[in-house]
Amino acid sequence: MSRTVSIINTGVANIASIQSSFAKLGYETQFTASAQDVLDAKAVILPGVGAFEAGMSALNSLGFSDALRQRIHDNKPTIAVCLGMQLLCESSEESPGTKGLGILKSQIRKFSPGIRTPHFGWNMVTGTPYFGSGYAYFANSFRLAEDPDDGWEVATCEHGERFIAAVRKGNVVAAQFHPEISGDFGFSILEKWLEGVTW
Amino acid sequence: MVTKRIIPCLDCKDGRVVKGIQFQGLTDAGSPAELAARYQIEGADELVLLDVGASIESRNNQLQTVRDVRAQLSIPLTVGGGVREVQDIENLLHSGADKVSINTAAVTNPLLVQESSRAFGAQCTVVAVDTKRKGDNWIVITRSGTEEQELDTIDWVRKVEQLGAGEILLTSFDRDGTQLGYDLELLRAVSQAIQIPVIASGGAKVTDHLFEAFQAGADAVLAASMFHYQTHTIGQVKRELRELGIEVRL
Repeated sequence: MSRTVSIINTGVANIASIQSSFAKLGYETQFTASAQDVLDAKAVILPGVGAFEAGMSALNSLGFSDALRQRIHDNKPTIAVCLGMQLLCESSEESPGTKGLGILKSQIRKFSPGIRTPHFGWNMVTGTPYFGSGYAYFANSFRLAEDPDDGWEVATCEHGERFIAAVRKGNVVAAQFHPEISGDFGFSILEKWLEGVTW
Repeated sequence: MVTKRIIPCLDCKDGRVVKGIQFQGLTDAGSPAELAARYQIEGADELVLLDVGASIESRNNQLQTVRDVRAQLSIPLTVGGGVREVQDIENLLHSGADKVSINTAAVTNPLLVQESSRAFGAQCTVVAVDTKRKGDNWIVITRSGTEEQELDTIDWVRKVEQLGAGEILLTSFDRDGTQLGYDLELLRAVSQAIQIPVIASGGAKVTDHLFEAFQAGADAVLAASMFHYQTHTIGQVKRELRELGIEVRL
């Protein structure tokens, strides 16, 4: 059976780069067409760029939010990238009043006053043995400041202050940076995550 | 701390890389996909691909070039040239761009910058500003440098930042292809006027030019000739920059 990673297509991300990165690693990709797909897929990536509210409303209107919560609860291989990671949280200062997926019991906040944003470019990620350490490509104005606890291991980064670069629990990974365009370091994380998939 | 970026630029026409002086006199400099692969191995932090051929044929080639280059890369790719409407941006993103650079169309229709930022995010909305010195100031020029606009460059970058641009690709027409170094006064003025990152372009020949640009406030530097003709490798330049105290990804 072919090894296919399912992409949640909220319509606005750099989808072609994500497809291309999995192709280079030897995997096929497809888009999730239904909530059942989101629930049943062997491996799911939630990409995302743009604003928190737009991302959540896309997930809600596709009817994928509950399915995503369920599959992450069930420890099914799932990776969330950039805005995708932020959507896993409870809320964001970017879109007050919009509820996130609430999987990470944390809030997304702006960088502190005086810190230049957006945080754009390559920055050093300091990780756990799972993540390793290396340079990754970021593009964010908001960040997860505090460890989500609750069993999540964290990799961190500095941009005027410490923030969370990535988290992982079991087969679920979320990264503020873009592993699909973070060179060898980014690809090593995708590969590590894919090792957790039973095809 | 976020590192300073080195960005090779591939100016493309009809599917080939070309290079000119002050936007004119283009000569062939190789295959986009081959150069892209080489630059990534050498340590490029991202890549910019600009279609400088104005013809419809060149535009059609552009999407194929983007796909070919994307297939080689695991670093960010910015694509520009002839972007006029939201559909053009979407087509480029779907072909493998991570960011799209808007140039002349931003001037003729500034709302395109806002639409792009809202639809695709500021992180993928780059505004390319071509500029030349006029008296004590700088003005915006468009259509590959053939038209002067009644638009002060500092006012313009502030405006596009408000409209939602995520980065400015700032090209000095006076320095493009001259290898005299970047226009540092321009870089200081622009990077002090706005918060978003500024990519310096036009005039690089040696590592010192890149160093000076970073000192003047650039977050990233674009260079073409100095890498295309293999007078410098990116790795060598980055090592020299690190010795000069600039933080780079090595």
